[in-house]
Amino acid sequence: MRYLPLTPDDRSLMLARIGVADIDALFADVPREKLNRGLPELPLRKSELEVERILSRMAAKNTAAASVPFFVGAGAYKHHVPASVDHLIQRSEFLTSYTPYQPEITQGTLQMLFEFQTQVANLTGMEVANASMYDGSTGCAEAVLMAHRLTKRNKAVLSGGLHPHYAEVVRTISHMASDEVTTLPPDVLAREDLLNEIDETTSCVVVQSPDVFGNLRDLKPISDKCHANGALLIAVFTEAVSLGIVESSGAMDADIVVGEGQSIGNPLTFGGPYVGLFATRQKYVRQMPGRLAGQTRDAQGKRGFVLTLSTREQHIRREKATSNICTNSGLCALAFSIHMTLLGETGLRKLARVNHANAVKLADRLTGAGIEVLNKSFFNEFTIRVKGDAASIVEKLAGEGILAGVPVSRLLPGAGCDDLIIVANTEVNTDEDRAALVSALKGGK
Amino acid sequence: MSSSYFTKDHEYIRVEGDTGIVGISDYAQEQLGDVVFVELPAKGAKIGKGDQAAVVESVKAASEVYAPVAGEVLDVNGALEGEPGKINQDPAGAGWFFKLKITDVKQLDGLMDEKAYAEYLKTLG
Amino acid sequence: MLNNQGRPTTPAAANESAARPRKTFTGNSGLQQEEALLFETGRADVSGVDIDEPEVFTSRLGALERKTPLDLPGFSEPEAVRHYVRLSQKNYSIDAGLYPLGSCTMKHNPRLNEKMARLPGFGDIHPLQPQSTVQGALDLIAELERWLIELTGMQSVAMSPKAGAHGEACGMMAIKAAIEARGEGKTRNVVLVPDSAHGTNPATAALIGYSVRAIPAREDGTVSADAVRSALGPDVAAIMLTNPNTCGLFEKEIAEIAKAIHEAGAYFYCDGANFNAIMGKVRPGDLGIDAMHINLHKTFSTPHGGGGPGAGPVVLSKALSPFAPLPVFSKSGGINKINENAGEFAGSGHHPFGRMTAFHGQMGMYVRALSYMLSHGADGLKQAAEDAVLNANYVRACLADVMSLPFGNRPCMHEALFDDKWLKDTGVTTLDFAKAMIDEGYHPMTMYFPLVVHGAMLIEPTESESLASLDLFIMTLRDLAFGVKRGETDRFTQAPRLAPRQRLDETLAARQPILRWTKPEPVSEAAE
Repeated sequence: MRYLPLTPDDRSLMLARIGVADIDALFADVPREKLNRGLPELPLRKSELEVERILSRMAAKNTAAASVPFFVGAGAYKHHVPASVDHLIQRSEFLTSYTPYQPEITQGTLQMLFEFQTQVANLTGMEVANASMYDGSTGCAEAVLMAHRLTKRNKAVLSGGLHPHYAEVVRTISHMASDEVTTLPPDVLAREDLLNEIDETTSCVVVQSPDVFGNLRDLKPISDKCHANGALLIAVFTEAVSLGIVESSGAMDADIVVGEGQSIGNPLTFGGPYVGLFATRQKYVRQMPGRLAGQTRDAQGKRGFVLTLSTREQHIRREKATSNICTNSGLCALAFSIHMTLLGETGLRKLARVNHANAVKLADRLTGAGIEVLNKSFFNEFTIRVKGDAASIVEKLAGEGILAGVPVSRLLPGAGCDDLIIVANTEVNTDEDRAALVSALKGGK
Repeated sequence: MSSSYFTKDHEYIRVEGDTGIVGISDYAQEQLGDVVFVELPAKGAKIGKGDQAAVVESVKAASEVYAPVAGEVLDVNGALEGEPGKINQDPAGAGWFFKLKITDVKQLDGLMDEKAYAEYLKTLG
Repeated sequence: MLNNQGRPTTPAAANESAARPRKTFTGNSGLQQEEALLFETGRADVSGVDIDEPEVFTSRLGALERKTPLDLPGFSEPEAVRHYVRLSQKNYSIDAGLYPLGSCTMKHNPRLNEKMARLPGFGDIHPLQPQSTVQGALDLIAELERWLIELTGMQSVAMSPKAGAHGEACGMMAIKAAIEARGEGKTRNVVLVPDSAHGTNPATAALIGYSVRAIPAREDGTVSADAVRSALGPDVAAIMLTNPNTCGLFEKEIAEIAKAIHEAGAYFYCDGANFNAIMGKVRPGDLGIDAMHINLHKTFSTPHGGGGPGAGPVVLSKALSPFAPLPVFSKSGGINKINENAGEFAGSGHHPFGRMTAFHGQMGMYVRALSYMLSHGADGLKQAAEDAVLNANYVRACLADVMSLPFGNRPCMHEALFDDKWLKDTGVTTLDFAKAMIDEGYHPMTMYFPLVVHGAMLIEPTESESLASLDLFIMTLRDLAFGVKRGETDRFTQAPRLAPRQRLDETLAARQPILRWTKPEPVSEAAE
């Protein structure tokens, strides 16, 4: 077997050295009748060529985003990732290294995480960020738990513009931990009255902007009302590129900002692995979940980096830890950081403007074709109303080679949104793509 | 005239009249290593005997500090927030955690005096 | 004409002063290059990505245009490549050497896996595009599910958890849901966790509202069925047990423990972090386990990536399967389906307890894991487990006379646990010994874990090491051990001396946390 260096002779020699007769003597504590019952249902070893053939056939059955006019978003976005990003993250020293517990020989990962934390803090307009979470949705749930610890309350209010999967992740953990959650009804037009939900028993309010329907939301009135009641505002985003031109949640006084970082540096990959961004105020740092890289000096006085404030974490605090998170999304954070460094603020601003301009162009063309765009404001994604069942229309268009967007009913079945489609439009979409979508939708209505 | 008492969890309480000054013993600070953070109780808080009153953290460990006796928190050592190293340098002096107005001095009877504590430490190896 | 002005090709004989390392002007040391923070060298007006400004358009941002500065410096592509290549050169990696981190399973990461995960049909598909356009991806998930179920002998698998700890939470939530469905949600609120458990176990139990009852480890490093029985009661919801355990031992009373747990009406959660030792040898399902997460990034070779991403699918018993979270993958009439909303299960007897994450989990890791499984096959996986156990025992047997074993010189599973008895009164600690390994070109083993063993050193060589590699590792550790005995204390207490950094001041980092770069204060002319 090509991945196993030991030869039969090596194995015999080693067993002799250990002083046992055969390999199963080393499995002596396993109940005899359960040992080596075999795996008759599974095939035997295969060459690289054979494995490649099998997996390539599976892959070929899927429609890759780059192969069609592609407008699917709602929490994950198709962007162009520079070739150097994927090259760099595949360097052995990044790819095949463990969590940096031995700082003397993991300064590469640690310095990268320190830079990543700074980038995320600046992007979100916050003071500190951690070294990443699994993704935006799990980060969102962790933010709610953190708010409960900080406020010593346990009631969260979720905006109706929050991604339904995110809301469901929060409700799941809240149910398990016996915390309260109020979820507002789906808020397609960003008209909900969140302020009315906040009182002195509220721990936190969770608001997404751009929201799942694409609307931008002014968070300032919400943070003001939260703070007047001793509650915290958790701001969520799923499209990190938006922060290049949309005001940061930090500037609107959010207390915790969580988001999905996939858009920058990371491929779609059917939903994961992604990278959760998590930022907060300096004063809350000891209640923050996840790893943190910090600056220090070595025995010779040279600057270096270590994982720090680890007494918050599970391996020390055990049942009193702030979170059970251990492995996070190191390599995806690296991809994010490299892409962000390649963009720089000049590039990020331009990228965000191109996304927005493309989306405006598409919205105008759809409106011109008589298709209703519901949003007053948006970044690179908005919601349209179609005549008929949105899911069937999206399916029909897929058959015609156009991936038109996400029918709202897929995320919110039975919510009376069956004629709505969330349409995303990024820098990858061309005028031809947009023309194809508009004409297909027009034909289908 | 003051006298000190100790718990099995290595808190000390130095009694001056009906006030007790609480901290962790020299043995405890040595076991913890460099202290990097403390969380102190709120002034005015009423704490029961054996309740968690503070948290002390080193780089690699965190442990709770329990109230040796019941009482009301009169004062806390705010200087520790900026200089937690005082706990390592001078645990019995500048490294104190909080002052308690002792509710019931009889509760001190259940604690070890300095001699008994020294004997207790020997049993820990 | 012959060029005889070439450079000399043999080095001049080294004299004593030349042999001594000298401080360099740059601070670099040959191939080891110092690298500033990108915030110190990057520039706001530089970008490594060419993007044209869009044509004039009317903004639809409302009043929410960004006014806050971004403060994100950029690099051109060559600068960025150099920055990250230099950073990478300060990292140890499996590709560069033996990585004996116990309980982490740092095995070889095949590059075929990387290539497969990057096929556009896997890497460039969206989780919410129509299901008819991702049937191949769903085929792959179904096939991976089949392998995991066969390997573990369980009923079903919840795929979506993003890492081991997330999988633990998922398994424990399924247990909680099952207990609630029995109407015992209020009365069963305790989880039994052995002292030797990984910290994520008690953290997970606490996360979902359970209190933890510790079970002491026995003298021999395993958990006894008697200790479990005496901790059981009508308030116990579950036990969380790692098997093979964190001491590197197979829990020999596991079947008896499972029986006791089930008789008491509780469930058995197994931490599958150490599944690498037993895959293809024994199936957890045959031992009475109800839920177990599998770290695809340990056992199935998906790269650790400097701390993730991982993946932690959870296999479930028949009793827990009806509570598996969304999404649930199914197939009928040759068509794969993602069941992603609770409403789809009405009347089916399945009651998903909720959702662990947006979308469907770690597809990128699924592809890599299946690529690894197909490559090995049933025979190769069994051989890998046997080789992992053989390698660990070889290390144990060859070091037993110079280091100390807390549970005697008896067979272990895929990791060998030493304690620090042999270092007593030498002036060298476990940490010092581990740091000296760095100077010898090795990553240290896992230290001070499990907590039940004093000064623990947990060595897991994995099946990826050749005999020659193991022999050199063993000789190195023996030489270090003799160094301790000879009193070469400086070699340990001053180590590492040859790494990119010497020991770092963790106290300083924690007392005055600097968690991000900030612009240095401008030097005031008035100063001094």
